[in-house]
Amino acid sequence: MPLKHLLGLEEVSKEDILTILNLAKSFKEVMLRPVKKVPTLRGKTVVNMFFEPSTRTRTSFEIAAKRLSADVLNLAISTSSVVKGETLLDTVQTIEAMQIDMVVIRHGVSGVPLMLSKKIKSSVINAGDGMHEHPTQGLLDMFTIMDKKGKIEGLDVAVIGDITHSRVARSNIWGLTKLGAKVRVIGPPTLIPKEVEKLGVEVYYDLKEGIKDMDVINILRIQLERQKKNLFPTTREYAMLFGLNTTKLKYAKPDCMVMHPGPMNRGLEISPNVADGTQSVINEQVTNGVAVRMAVLYLLAGGKKDEIID
Amino acid sequence: MEDKNLKIKTEILDKEGIDRALTRIAHEIIEKNKGAKNVVIIGIRHRGDILAKKVAEKIFQIEKTRVPVGALDITFYRDDYDIKNKLEVTQTDLPFAIDGREVVLMDDVLFTGRTARAAMDALIDYGRPKSIQLAVLIDRGHRELPIQANYIGKNVPTSIKEEIILKLEQSEEKVLIAEITDNKGKGE
Repeated sequence: MPLKHLLGLEEVSKEDILTILNLAKSFKEVMLRPVKKVPTLRGKTVVNMFFEPSTRTRTSFEIAAKRLSADVLNLAISTSSVVKGETLLDTVQTIEAMQIDMVVIRHGVSGVPLMLSKKIKSSVINAGDGMHEHPTQGLLDMFTIMDKKGKIEGLDVAVIGDITHSRVARSNIWGLTKLGAKVRVIGPPTLIPKEVEKLGVEVYYDLKEGIKDMDVINILRIQLERQKKNLFPTTREYAMLFGLNTTKLKYAKPDCMVMHPGPMNRGLEISPNVADGTQSVINEQVTNGVAVRMAVLYLLAGGKKDEIID
Repeated sequence: MEDKNLKIKTEILDKEGIDRALTRIAHEIIEKNKGAKNVVIIGIRHRGDILAKKVAEKIFQIEKTRVPVGALDITFYRDDYDIKNKLEVTQTDLPFAIDGREVVLMDDVLFTGRTARAAMDALIDYGRPKSIQLAVLIDRGHRELPIQANYIGKNVPTSIKEEIILKLEQSEEKVLIAEITDNKGKGE
């Protein structure tokens, strides 16, 4: 696999996505063993740099790296020299001088992982950058669909919520359409980007109409921290029109699976009954996330560095 | 690795030869373990798992005991991950506990011993077997680690420039020895 960095699913080929998903199956088996650890990445060092708050993605990457026997360093940004005014690049280059192998980065600005990948020798994994992409979330969503439905090609998938601000939506759209799913986005017009159809998706502004006969529903979190522009009147109105509850879920196929990348705003975009219901796979997504991230770390760390063409 | 030229030199075992060797291994396993009640056979992918099934079937014919058969993928335990860029990963399938069992690891060819080392490390992550025994169809020598097999189908002294080719398809079962003619090729 010629990948050196994982910046977004836009650049990853269908074959490489399938390689990662297939490999993740083997790593999921590792996670079910009494000893949930393999020695594959012994001696490699992975640095987690999260410039935005995160629980599941950061811990997921940390557990994934540890289960591959890599050493993990979590850089706490709030107590680092970033607060003294050091530039991002200086911080990363300082850490890289300590001979690390991989940087996992989350940043509020789109394109930061790409910029880093051009400046440093280590592999860069995008753990979410601004409104651009969150590739490992896209991969774990696809893995979860594959696991439950046995395939992705030909499935009808709806992504509901704030499409404009969502990197999860973008990674889902790129990945799922490459693998042959029919993807639609549902949300209020203020939260759907202009010309989103060019990514190969259909747009629906009505939830009931949009989720009709869906195989998979992926609900996005309403990012209250990005909601300063009042793009919808009140959260209550959003919950009424676009929040998924058991009554509205009946419009989808009876075996429709419900996903959410977390953290959930219960009662806003998803009702507790749906979140904890039989169609929800939200906890499995978290389990699968570790397996998928192990697969990504494994593939990017492999082979002699100088043999890799990036 | 894929580009090296191989020139077939001789056939070491034909279908009947493979069958006889596996029958003998089955007898030896039963003899050493005083029956087959506590035995499990775990094949190392790829091919070891096919041989493991065959040996289990032989044991059933002799002892009327069904021994559990598993398959082990050892890719994550290999020591050449840094060198080989493309390693095909398959899944481990061990639908039973190995604690307290006599585990027979089955592989096709014993060469450097590195695969057997990785397989033992992998097994120990699954539990604490009473013993680990090693069965191979072909022992071709050139060990790089202090490892030897308990059960050997056939000893084949080889040169490092030669390669063992094992065909285990329904239509064609045989073991061949071939010479690597491309001088870039190196024994793996």
